[in-house]
Amino acid sequence: MNQKLSIAPEVFTYMEKVTGADGVEVIVNLPKEKIEKINDICHSFDNDPRELINVLHETQHTFGYLPAEVQDVIAHNLTLPVAHVYGVVTFYSFFTMIPKGEHPISVCTGTACYVRGAEKVLDEFRKELDIKVGETTPDGRFSINCLRCVGACGLAPVVLVGEKVYGRVSPDGVKSILEEYKK
Amino acid sequence: MITLTIDKKKVEVEKGTTILKAARKVGIEIPTLCHFELCDMGIENKPGGCRICVVEVEGRRNLAPSCMTQAEEGMVIKTHNIRVLNARTTVLKLIISDHPFDCLVCAKSGQCELQHLATQFGIRSLPYEGEQSHYRKDTSPSIIRDVDKCIMCRRCEMMCNEVQTVGALSAVNRGFMSVVAPAFEMNLEDSPCTYCGQCVSVCPTGALTEVDHTNDIIRALTDPTKTVVVQTAPAVRAALGEEFGLEPGTLVTGKMVAALRELGFDYVFDTDFSADLTIMEEGTELLQRIRGHLAGDPDVRLPILTSCCPGWVNFFEHNFPDLLDVPSTAKSPQQMFGAIAKSYFADKIGVKRKEMIVVSIMPCLAKKYECQRDEFKVDGNPDVDFSISTRELAAFIKKANIDFLNLPEEDFDDPLGESTGAGVIFGNTGGVIEAACRTAYELHTGKKLERVAFTELRGMEGIRSATVDFDGLPLNIGIAHGLGNARKLLDDVRSGQSVYHAIEIMACPGGCIGGGGQPYHHGNSEILSRRAAAIYSEDERKSIRKSHENPSIIRLYEEYLGEPGSHKAHSLLHTEYFPKTNGVTVHLQS
Repeated sequence: MNQKLSIAPEVFTYMEKVTGADGVEVIVNLPKEKIEKINDICHSFDNDPRELINVLHETQHTFGYLPAEVQDVIAHNLTLPVAHVYGVVTFYSFFTMIPKGEHPISVCTGTACYVRGAEKVLDEFRKELDIKVGETTPDGRFSINCLRCVGACGLAPVVLVGEKVYGRVSPDGVKSILEEYKK
Repeated sequence: MITLTIDKKKVEVEKGTTILKAARKVGIEIPTLCHFELCDMGIENKPGGCRICVVEVEGRRNLAPSCMTQAEEGMVIKTHNIRVLNARTTVLKLIISDHPFDCLVCAKSGQCELQHLATQFGIRSLPYEGEQSHYRKDTSPSIIRDVDKCIMCRRCEMMCNEVQTVGALSAVNRGFMSVVAPAFEMNLEDSPCTYCGQCVSVCPTGALTEVDHTNDIIRALTDPTKTVVVQTAPAVRAALGEEFGLEPGTLVTGKMVAALRELGFDYVFDTDFSADLTIMEEGTELLQRIRGHLAGDPDVRLPILTSCCPGWVNFFEHNFPDLLDVPSTAKSPQQMFGAIAKSYFADKIGVKRKEMIVVSIMPCLAKKYECQRDEFKVDGNPDVDFSISTRELAAFIKKANIDFLNLPEEDFDDPLGESTGAGVIFGNTGGVIEAACRTAYELHTGKKLERVAFTELRGMEGIRSATVDFDGLPLNIGIAHGLGNARKLLDDVRSGQSVYHAIEIMACPGGCIGGGGQPYHHGNSEILSRRAAAIYSEDERKSIRKSHENPSIIRLYEEYLGEPGSHKAHSLLHTEYFPKTNGVTVHLQS
C-alpha cells in the first residue's frame, strides 16, 4: 500500500552547475548533455509552467523515463515546485520514473482485450519474466506495462513489444514472442 | 444583480456569487468540509472535492456543490430536503470509511471538522466495510504528518503553494493511493518546508499536527535538580483565552502568568523582554547600515530585513541562498532570550547552564525547529530546550486541572519579565518594524519621539509600504506577511529593484497572531483582527513604549553586554544563515 517509491541512493557522479530559469544557481547530479537537452525541451515551450505535461511528454520521449533529477531540472526551469511536478508524474499512468526495458511490453487490458483473456496473457508474461506490472527485468531487457485500447479490438487480445503489434495472443504464445527478442 | 430563492427565501446577490455565499447572506449555513476561506486575506480553497455542501437546484438532474456553483437568475434551491441530507450523510459515511476511528486519542479531537460533521449529522453506524489506505507517519522537528487521517481536502496544499509559495506539499498518486506529500514522497524534513505551520492551522482533521513537547516539560518540572524558566511570546496572551471560551481578542496576560506559576515553572518571564533586546540589536544594525549607505560605503547592503521569524529564515535559506547577507544578523527574540537566560540570568542566580531548562510558549511551530538548530547550542546544550505552542499550553493547563478563568492576574518575574509596548507589538504584522522605528528614530535624531504609534505601518494588507520621516531623512519601509508576499519583495531585492531601506517579514498571514501554533480560527478572519487589536491595546496600556527605555534592558547592557553590537552582544545575540537544499537532487550553491 502506498509504498514509498524507491529512489536509487544518490551517487554523485556528475556535479554540473546550472542556472535555472528562476535565477538560482544549482548543482545537479546529471551529465551536462542531459541537462542541456532538458533545458532545450523546456525552452521550446517558453519555460511556460502551463506546458508542464507537454514538457514531461517530450522529456520522457527523449529519455524513456522521468527520474527525480530530471523532474528537478524541469521544475527549476518552469518555476514550479518540484512536488507539483512529481504530483503530475504520479497522477498520469503514462509517465514513469522507472526506466523501461530495451523491449517494453504493453498488454492491452481494454474492454475487448480483457474479455478475450488479456489477464491470462499478462499473467504469463509476469511468470515468464518474474517481474510485476510497471517493473523492468534486472538485465534491463524487458519491462511490462498495461495500456487501455490501441484501437485494434478486432485483434484482441493485443500485445505491443516496442512498436510491433501482436494480435490474438494466447498465453501459450507468450514464450515464442519473448524468444524473438532473446536472441 | 441576480435574484434567486434559497429555502423559500428570496436573495439578491452579485453575479458570480456562489450558492454557498448567497445562502450565508440570508443566514443559511450549508455544511462544508474541504471549502476553506479567510476572506480578509483573499485566501480561499474550493476544490469541490468533498461534496458535503451539495444542494438541490430545481430543474437540474444532479445535486450541485454549493461552494463551486454560481448563483443564477431565478434559481430555486433547497439546502436541506431529504434527498440532500441523504446524499450528504452517504458522502460523509464514505469519507469516514477510509478514516481511522481513533478519535479518543487523536490530537485533533474536539477541534476536528470531520468529527464535528459526524456529530452534526448524527452518524451512528458505518455501513461501508473494506480496505483503508495506510501510509507511513512522518515526523519532522515541528510537524507530524499522519496521512491516514487525510481526507484530501487540499487545504494544506493551497496554503503551502498558493499563499506561502513554499511548494513543499502536493497531491501525488491517483485514486485510492493518492496522498498529499512532498516531492518523491520524501520526509517533510528533507523538503523545502519552512515549518510555518499554516498547513496545520487549516487542516480539518488530525492529518497535520504539531510535535507535542508537553511531556518533556512535565519531566523537567518534576526534576528537582532543574531550574525551569519559561518565556511567553507576545501573540500567546492575545489568543490563549479562546481555548477557555473567552471572546477572541481577550488579553489574558495576568492569568497566563498565574497559570504558568501554578504549573510549577520557577521563573515566569516574557519574550517581550527579548523583543526589546532584539530592537536594541536590530535597530542599531539598521542605523549602521543606513548611515553606511548614506556615507557611500559600497560594502553596505540595503534593504535590511528583519530576522525574528524562523519560518521566514527557513524560507530565505531555501529560496534565496544568494541573499543570505541581506537579513539582519540579530537572533529571534526566542533565541536571544535563551542565550541571555542561560548566561546572564544563570550567573545571577548561581545556576549552572546544564541545570537550567528554558521553555518557550510560542504561537509558532517553526520555533520548535529553530530551538533545535545547531548554532543555538553550546556544547550540545540548547539555549532554548523546548518550545510549545499556544494550543499545547492550553491543553497543559487543562490537563493540570487549573481553573484558568478564576485565576488571579499576576505579574512576570524580574528581570527578564520587564517589557515595553514595543516588545508587545512584535506579535502583529508591522509590529517589529514599528518597534524598531520608535528606537531608531530617537537614537538617530537624538530627539524625543512624540507620536509613538506609527499607524501607517499597521493594517492587514499582504504587502504594505510607508515612508517614515526620521527628522529630514525619509526611510522607505516595506512590510509583508505571508511568505508568498515576502517572495515578491525578495524578488525585487534580487533584481535590484527594491526601493526600501528596511523590510519586515512575517511568515504567517497576520503575523504571529495568525501563527501555526495558535488556537484554530477555522477560517474566521475576524478572530485575527481581534487578536491584533488586543496586542495594540496592550501596547497602549504600557507606561513605557520604547525598547531602549526598558530599565531591565538598560541594566543588562550596563552589567553584562556593554553596547548594542558589542563583541559580547554579537557572540550571544547574533547568528548566521546557511543555504539549504531544495530537493533530493538539486543542491543550491551558497
